[in-house]
Amino acid sequence: MGTLKKIQNNCHKATFLIEKRLIGRITLRGKMELWIHLLGCGICRTYQKQTIKISQMIRQLFADSANSEKHLDDTFKKDMQDRIENELDKN
Amino acid sequence: MITKTQQLEPRNWVATHADYLYAYAIARINDEEQAKDLVQETFLAALQKVDKFEGKSSERTWLTAILKYKIIDVYRKKSSGLVVNADVQRAEQEQSDFFEPEYGHWNNEHAPKAFGIDYHDPLVNKEFNSILQKCMQKLPALWLSIFTMKHIDDQSTDVICSELKVTQSNFWVIIHRTKLNLRACLQKNWI
Repeated sequence: MGTLKKIQNNCHKATFLIEKRLIGRITLRGKMELWIHLLGCGICRTYQKQTIKISQMIRQLFADSANSEKHLDDTFKKDMQDRIENELDKN
Repeated sequence: MITKTQQLEPRNWVATHADYLYAYAIARINDEEQAKDLVQETFLAALQKVDKFEGKSSERTWLTAILKYKIIDVYRKKSSGLVVNADVQRAEQEQSDFFEPEYGHWNNEHAPKAFGIDYHDPLVNKEFNSILQKCMQKLPALWLSIFTMKHIDDQSTDVICSELKVTQSNFWVIIHRTKLNLRACLQKNWI
């Protein structure tokens, strides 16, 4: 199989390059290979759309949970407050 | 130029930051008891470092940075030890037939299909998010740690590799594998 055919068939490598490009850098050669691959591979184009979306959704999920309803209970907070006051009063 | 330096007010920490730090920890380690402990440890550690605070960042940013290191410690403990290997093996097994062995083309059965992920409906999103969370919990601890540190906390690859003791090339393999399993898990449970 020729190099071109190999690139066109290698979805494993293409998805690897997609992931690496999302958060890091890939080589010029990698960019070319990925471009060629995506040109002919609808499945990996779908993969790329989905993986970008998944990353966004996970970031959103973390952002939401930072403003979540999850609160510490008052007893635990009071204990912590007391410990901090104690430490401060030592000095 | 007048620069306003930030001041620390430890007596207000619990009231001002405790819930925020708790939510921050919960999102990353998914264990309420442990998250509580981490918040407490963060405040106590911060008290020891009060004189090192330079006022360049806000009080909250400074406290969060301390908490981050504590979370990395948890990641490190979770991702070393005997259980871990089985964890990773199971996850690798899951994706062993995603691609055909010779040229690496998708196997039909596992090939990505459109599954309406672009749909924007708050109610549907809520359901989707709960599946997403379940899929994330199924990942090996090491993978989830690396994934979170990179995608959510924007840590540098060098820092992640040295803190969690993985090589650069293994780091990228894990980033790839994590996404393959996550996406497949979503496709399987969402359609």
